[in-house]
Amino acid sequence: MNKERTFRAILILVGMILSLLLLAIFLSLLWGSFPSIKALGWKFFYSEEWNPITNKFGALPFLIGTLVTSFLALAISFPFSLAVSIYLGEYMRAGKISTLLKVTIDLISAVPSVIYGFWGLIILVPLVRNIEMKLNIPPYGVGIFTATLILSVMVIPYSATIVREVIELVPDDLKEAAYSLGATKYEVIKDVVLPYAKSGIFAGLLLSLGRALGETMAVTMVIGNNNKLPKSLFAPANTMASLIANEFTEAVGNVYLSSLIEMGLLLFIVTAIINIIGKYIINRTTVQMRE
Amino acid sequence: MKYMKFLTLALATFMLSEMVLAGVKELTGAGATFPYPLYFKWFDIYRNETEVKVNYQAIGSGGGIRQLLNKTVDFGATDAFMSDKELAKSSVPILHIPTCLGAVVLTYNLSGNPDLKFTPDVIANIFLGKIIRWNDKRIAELNPEIKLPAEKIVVVHRSDGSGTTFVFSDYLSKVNKEWREKVGRGKSLSWPIGLGGKGNPGVAGLVKQIKGAVGYVEVAYAIQNKMPYGSVKNSSGNFVKPTLKSISLAANIPLPPDTRVSITNTSAAEGYPISTFTWLIFYKEQNYSGRSIKRAKELVNLLWWAIHEGQQYNKTLLYGRLPGAAVAKAEKIIKSMTYSGKPLMR
Repeated sequence: MNKERTFRAILILVGMILSLLLLAIFLSLLWGSFPSIKALGWKFFYSEEWNPITNKFGALPFLIGTLVTSFLALAISFPFSLAVSIYLGEYMRAGKISTLLKVTIDLISAVPSVIYGFWGLIILVPLVRNIEMKLNIPPYGVGIFTATLILSVMVIPYSATIVREVIELVPDDLKEAAYSLGATKYEVIKDVVLPYAKSGIFAGLLLSLGRALGETMAVTMVIGNNNKLPKSLFAPANTMASLIANEFTEAVGNVYLSSLIEMGLLLFIVTAIINIIGKYIINRTTVQMRE
Repeated sequence: MKYMKFLTLALATFMLSEMVLAGVKELTGAGATFPYPLYFKWFDIYRNETEVKVNYQAIGSGGGIRQLLNKTVDFGATDAFMSDKELAKSSVPILHIPTCLGAVVLTYNLSGNPDLKFTPDVIANIFLGKIIRWNDKRIAELNPEIKLPAEKIVVVHRSDGSGTTFVFSDYLSKVNKEWREKVGRGKSLSWPIGLGGKGNPGVAGLVKQIKGAVGYVEVAYAIQNKMPYGSVKNSSGNFVKPTLKSISLAANIPLPPDTRVSITNTSAAEGYPISTFTWLIFYKEQNYSGRSIKRAKELVNLLWWAIHEGQQYNKTLLYGRLPGAAVAKAEKIIKSMTYSGKPLMR
């Protein structure tokens, strides 16, 4: 009995430490942001200007840059991760091809992001530049579009792995029932498997999105690092994480440093909000399923 | 058995090396990345000569200043001297000594890699986005012998805060009124136009890839990577190509006693106008945070070595050597260092 109690105590303790850690990060970010909150107020969130010399700091271009690249990357990667998951979960659960695909997906997530950035800079940027020349827009090569492409490759494994597992969890009797009613494989997937796995698919998407929002190194290498509000899909822009990585080391002056910390806080909050909304949707779809 | 023997041996070696390390005195410093290759070499040689290990972290000038203010290092290093406002943050005096000279060069991607000539106004107008094509009259009349293409100019700048950007914008602020009013000087700027690359390699990479691009990088980086770079008209009216010699010559101007001076747009006739010192910073009074007098003396010795013996290594690593006048000023500053009010040297 005593052992039981100690075990339980340890579990609670470790769990509490995790939550406390998160809270502590939030509070220290908030604390570090005070000078900037005091100096800039709400303007920080809607101002377009980022000028360390005049001490004017607006997060809008970076917020937009982060959201646009992340959601676009998600949209591009989703068909791929869904297709791979369905194939692995429904068509080819075992075998050489299946193993090869699974290993490939794992490796995609294992490649360090600086390598993606590097690859993007050498291979992808010139390709995009060629496209831009054909479209007759300034051929920078770097910009939102390139960053989005890199991100979409990077986030595939995060959703693919989860979605595959959820698809494999769909009860066989449900599928068999559908088959016995004369449904084709496509119909089973469309009408039984995917609806059943809906919340899991969403969870996978969420994980991918989280990864895209915070990605720093690969993005900073190909996005063009322009601190202005982007005017087009091909325009150079910047993201919150990339800006912090770029400017933090040399930031002198209280408000400047504090603004960068506030940017971190904003990124933290954006990620949290997206996660909370996601959890809510997942819960709702799961409840609907049960009903 | 064999395994055990090996383990014992490994352990013994490990402990031995620990003991040796403990015997070596250690100084710590942090700051600028620009002179890092030189400092790395210096401190390596210094360790061989004196057995004093110098642990230098290249975390950026801003970080170096912060760490010195927090008194967590023996010395800091910075590419831009501390302003009066920054110095006021410290209750006790902070000193600067210059260690070497660097320069910022304009590099570009044009077919044939021509040797271009620039004037201050042309540079400012390119980076302000007012000269948009290479065959603009203002560039063409400076370079009559070169056939310039009608290509669009793509401006590339540093995306990370850096001393290089500070020197470049410091220069442009001095020579161009519009730049001074619209953009100003700093380690990170609100750029009117252009793409940002991270670090010298980031800027160089973009310039190399994009036809018609122009960017600015440190001279050492440009030389090592065989990038083309232009000469710039200085305040005496001479077009000067950045070389280690013309960079050192830029410092041949009257220096203030504390050596905190910007030498961009130098008045020296043969000096390259976008040159700069880089500095080590430390406290005048060395008895703080319980530091021993021995440690303070080690620091004095290191600083003295840096401005004398250390200077011979500047050239091989493509940094400009301190001119005699600057060394003399630095000597005076080092001699003014104290421990509990008593001078640490002579």
